[in-house]
Amino acid sequence: MLHMIEHVFVEQSLVAAFAVVGGLMLISNFAGRRLTGGRVHGSAIAIVLGLVLAYIAGLYTGGKKGVADLPVFAGIGLMGGAMLRDFAIVATAFEVEVVEARRAGFLGVLALALGTVIPFIVGALTAVAFGYTDAVSITTIGAGAVTYIVGPVTGAALGADSAVMALSIATGVTKAVMVMVGTPLVAKLIGLDNPRSAMAFGGLMGTVSGVAGGLAATDPKLVPYGALTATFHTGIGCLVGPSLFYLTVRAIVG
Amino acid sequence: MTIFGVALLALCTLIGVFLGDLLGVALGVKANVGGVGLAMILLIAARAWLLARGKLGGGIKLGVEFWSTMYIPIVVAMAAQQNVVAAVRGGPIVLIAATVSLLLCFACVALLGHFGRRERAEDAQIRHGGAVIGGDLDDDAAPVAPPHAVRKA
Repeated sequence: MLHMIEHVFVEQSLVAAFAVVGGLMLISNFAGRRLTGGRVHGSAIAIVLGLVLAYIAGLYTGGKKGVADLPVFAGIGLMGGAMLRDFAIVATAFEVEVVEARRAGFLGVLALALGTVIPFIVGALTAVAFGYTDAVSITTIGAGAVTYIVGPVTGAALGADSAVMALSIATGVTKAVMVMVGTPLVAKLIGLDNPRSAMAFGGLMGTVSGVAGGLAATDPKLVPYGALTATFHTGIGCLVGPSLFYLTVRAIVG
Repeated sequence: MTIFGVALLALCTLIGVFLGDLLGVALGVKANVGGVGLAMILLIAARAWLLARGKLGGGIKLGVEFWSTMYIPIVVAMAAQQNVVAAVRGGPIVLIAATVSLLLCFACVALLGHFGRRERAEDAQIRHGGAVIGGDLDDDAAPVAPPHAVRKA
């Protein structure tokens, strides 16, 4: 019996994922309304719940893809994978108020520049503080603080050590997870309640998954504005990481 | 027809990602440069074009907006497949680098957000967008409506 249910889940992976995520959302919305009196958004709870499940599944399977490493939940991997995630992000652009987005264009570019430089400097300084002295390792760890894709791309281009690469990816993933969980908590404090600040937020935070999750948990209307700038972040990071940033670090540390 | 909306969305995404790849090659980067952002701009342009010609029918809208309403569930599925174990086990260097850069960036959001900010009434389009991305296609629903009820448009 159990085996047959498992078989259905494996065979109908994407359909099963819809049902599972739907159930998760239902529980989260209920918890948000009844347990927190509507103070915490149901989607914020669902995202945190997803991360917790990913942690438990990761401990159980030893894999890197959270729940998706369990064969019965493989469909979650497809549903939340880059393809459908990007498809849904593009769809949110249909709701963009063009005038508002264009007016904040310069702000977005400024945010992108700051959002690439600041995390890199912090990451690089942390690497130095922990005893790394070679330009390749310092650059790779610094790039990881930009996003978890910029890190390994930079590391691979520079031929970094695999332990340093792992550290770099972990930094980016940690940042993404922290953005998802932390954004709704600090949203009021940093004035994240309008399209302008959402565009600044997207450029500064970078990590598409972090921004996507963080804004969804904070206020859905801000999603397209944040996503618009955030999606340029990884590309720019991959551009300057192995080139400009590496050369600068090498010039400093010798 | 609904499929026209879905196909329009797919076409914009494909072209955008392709342009992002081209941009990456042109810049000598091993990554897609802003593909999704370019796709979003294409979709915004397509919407304006259809609207100006009076061709933005209910079917097309439904096809695109359905995927907007699926945004949050997809993000939840995305969260459920993150490598959280690696993040938790990263150790002090990972924690310090991530936390400090995050705090600085949050501070910058506060700073940049205030820069040139005007207080004004919220636009209906923005509010409608919030309702749709929140998971609700019904125009009359409050934007803070729980995002589980996808009703018929």
